[in-house]
Amino acid sequence: MAKITLDNLAHSYLPNPQSEDDYALKELNHDWVDGEAYALLGASGCGKSTLLNIISGLLHPSQGRILFNDRDVTSEPTAARNIAQVFQFPVVYDTMTVRDNLAFPLRNRGADASYIQDRVQHIAKMIGMEGELNHKARGLTADAKQKISLGRGMVREDVNALLFDEPLTVIDPHMKWELRTQLKSLHHEFGHTMIYVTHDQTEALTFADKVVVMYDGRVVQIGTPQELFETPAHTFVGYFIGSPGMNVLAATVDGSTAYIEGTEVDLGAGYSVPDGKVEIGVRPEFASLSSNGTGLPIKIRRVEDVGRHKIVRADFFENEINVIAGEGAEIGADMNRVTFEAAHINVYANDWRVEPMGTQASPAGEAA
Amino acid sequence: MEKTVNQKAWFLVLPVLLLVAFSAVIPLMTVVNYSVQDTFGNNQFYWAGLEWFKELLESERLHNALGRQIAFSMIILAIEVPLGIFVALNMPKKGFWASVCLVLMALPLLIPWNVVGTIWQIFGRVDIGLLGYTLDALGIAYNYTQDSFAAWATVVVMDVWHWTSLVALLAYAGLQSIPDAYYQAAKIDQASRWKVFRYIELPKMQGVLLIAILLRFMDSFMIYTEPFVVTGGGPGNATTFLSIDLVKMALGQFDLGPAAAFSLMYFLVILLISWVFYTVMTNLDKRDGV
Repeated sequence: MAKITLDNLAHSYLPNPQSEDDYALKELNHDWVDGEAYALLGASGCGKSTLLNIISGLLHPSQGRILFNDRDVTSEPTAARNIAQVFQFPVVYDTMTVRDNLAFPLRNRGADASYIQDRVQHIAKMIGMEGELNHKARGLTADAKQKISLGRGMVREDVNALLFDEPLTVIDPHMKWELRTQLKSLHHEFGHTMIYVTHDQTEALTFADKVVVMYDGRVVQIGTPQELFETPAHTFVGYFIGSPGMNVLAATVDGSTAYIEGTEVDLGAGYSVPDGKVEIGVRPEFASLSSNGTGLPIKIRRVEDVGRHKIVRADFFENEINVIAGEGAEIGADMNRVTFEAAHINVYANDWRVEPMGTQASPAGEAA
Repeated sequence: MEKTVNQKAWFLVLPVLLLVAFSAVIPLMTVVNYSVQDTFGNNQFYWAGLEWFKELLESERLHNALGRQIAFSMIILAIEVPLGIFVALNMPKKGFWASVCLVLMALPLLIPWNVVGTIWQIFGRVDIGLLGYTLDALGIAYNYTQDSFAAWATVVVMDVWHWTSLVALLAYAGLQSIPDAYYQAAKIDQASRWKVFRYIELPKMQGVLLIAILLRFMDSFMIYTEPFVVTGGGPGNATTFLSIDLVKMALGQFDLGPAAAFSLMYFLVILLISWVFYTVMTNLDKRDGV
């Protein structure tokens, strides 16, 4: 188990990167605290897997250093780092039995037979494959194979970190839930540092203590699920987390008032906004419809009843505004305005969140 | 839905039956016909029953040729398969040099058999051949026309030169189909190079290696042109393999009856050994384990 430090790390797949755009992973400084469970969340192709492969040593970074417990391991091979990693698609050793597959990493480290026996039994129970231990891995279904991959990742107790690269993609939904719970309990039991890559926000939010959101090769925010929800540090986080994502509207901001297409909106706090593209962001949960003539003029296009609540899709000039209304809420034909809760409006300049004046920058809100 | 039954549909397979009969069944039956008859010329044939088969089964000449043939096939398989795999493992995976390697490897496969024979026939000559001359100059006694060991060595090395590429290319194709994730997982699991080969590469190559071994077995078991051009089956009968012997019998001595019986047994032996190879290799991993 180890604290993992990324120092000035960046990676480009090109031999001679010229501009920042050439980097798949842009310069990054971060400490992965020993024993925490992180989820690495982002759209496909944003650099999540690159970062994971650099930590495990499968990729050598173009620049920067990786430290395990303050020891530089940048040039050490994967085997020397003693890391477990589970990949998106199942990798099993076809000719071996399930038992041999699970025992493989331990045997390679020269563990003694009785320990291997116990450990394999324990892991087999965890992944629910005790009955199939003597089967060949070859004929198994994709999700059984992936369970073996997960098991192989978890079989070593002394690993520095456990890395998961979208491991549950091929698993069916019911088993997904169960395995995720198993991973969490494993984390509680052994306190490994875990990094879990996913593009599924539910998976990220349920698994991790801290969620790291990546966008276009950059870490845009690291925070608890609540921080990501309430104060997204970047408009991407606002879009990506939440269903539907945050409403982002172009605005001009003057002190504690925003002007959106000519309508005044109270922000509840004063802002000094730098130059550039200014927007405000409000989650649909903090928007409500009204018919009393205050708020932004909208036209309701569609109401989706998703069971627990209703999602109202409305047009506001060229933009769409989403509003979440309670399950029992009446949505009348005269509702042609939308209002926002002032305390939950965020202001963005060039896509990055601007802190209201008179507050301390919260440590979790600042990243990159 | 009820299926329409129309027995006239059988007529649709008639053309292919005729074609196969004309090109394969009737010629084969001619051979069978020869194998059970004897002639003293004048196109007069007499029923001989299984005489030819009995005679051949007891013939020392055939036993010797078969022994040489099996030895030859086993030797070249024992060399070409591991060597081919070794070459494939060391070929670049992608880029310019991968293409260069592929082209170079394919070259020997494109050369006609008799040309390969001629190349080595000259290459090995002590007076004008580079190989023969060099060996002679180094003081190594080498003369494939007089020394049976030298003749065997030449024929074996020639076959390795000609056909190892085939095994290498097939093995290479098998290796290329292994996703990167397997190698990455092996690194994570801290597997040694040998274990990567044993548990990832070899199992993934199994299918193509089966094809490679069958092809090389069948081809080498029927080898004719190359040794015929280089040694003509000599010195003595040292490199007279089954095909060479068969041609001597059928065309040299014009013993059609024994040659026909020989052909049929030859065919059955190849079929039998190929079947054994196939069965053993496809059952290999079913045996060790449940």
